Amino acid sequence: MAEIKPRIRLDKKDVKKGDTVDVKTLVSHVMETGLRKDASGKPIPLMIINTFTCELNGKFVFGCDLESAVSANPYFEFKFKPTESGTLKFTWIDDEGTRIEMTETIKVT
Amino acid sequence: MLQRLSRREALTVGAGAFAAGVGLAAAPARALNDYADQIKNFTGGKAPVEGRVKLELPELAENGNTVPLSVAVDGPTDEDIHVEEILVVAPANPNARVIRFRFSSASVPEASTRIRLAETQDVIAVAKLSDGNFVQASRQIKVTIGGCGG
Repeated sequence: MAEIKPRIRLDKKDVKKGDTVDVKTLVSHVMETGLRKDASGKPIPLMIINTFTCELNGKFVFGCDLESAVSANPYFEFKFKPTESGTLKFTWIDDEGTRIEMTETIKVT
Repeated sequence: MLQRLSRREALTVGAGAFAAGVGLAAAPARALNDYADQIKNFTGGKAPVEGRVKLELPELAENGNTVPLSVAVDGPTDEDIHVEEILVVAPANPNARVIRFRFSSASVPEASTRIRLAETQDVIAVAKLSDGNFVQASRQIKVTIGGCGG
């Protein structure tokens, strides 16, 4: 599969302690439901991103377990209050075991 | 004038047909899936209390392929009690489970995504609190064109 470049937007990267950071993420993926059939009538197998996680310095912040009912090119928006500066790591994993990873740096003062 | 009248008539007929269409779509859904079991698995058999969960969906989705969904939990989310997880189920989809959000103590208990819905139905969101209680909300959404292939 071609290199997938997720898009991540943080509403701020310089955060005052106690402030809320708003995160929006978008990744391209077919999210094949396993219910569709191809032109010859054969079912197209299930192939979805099943897990998404966001960690700050290795500590879990937010995540979700996806099912086939999540739309193609999964989009998530979530909010959290960072307590320390560091690296935010975003990971998407699909049914074939492909990991898509991306990092962002935030500063908490 | 004559033309305008006939146009109005045409519109009236059109609106009637549309209403009939909506009525049809709102008719009781055919077979429901195992959503009740999925909720039971999630809560460990505990009955969720109605309320505190805010589930936002459009009233009408023309395209069931990408329906924006937002869910949030109101109330005292102090250091002691926070929202651990939120499960979203769609009773009239081929598979009940839609998504399960997992939160941490740093999270604000709200999240948004886009989902697929097969037909008109009541989507349900159940939130698990760290004190072991469950709260839930449901919301009806009318779907014009289903989004689950076939």
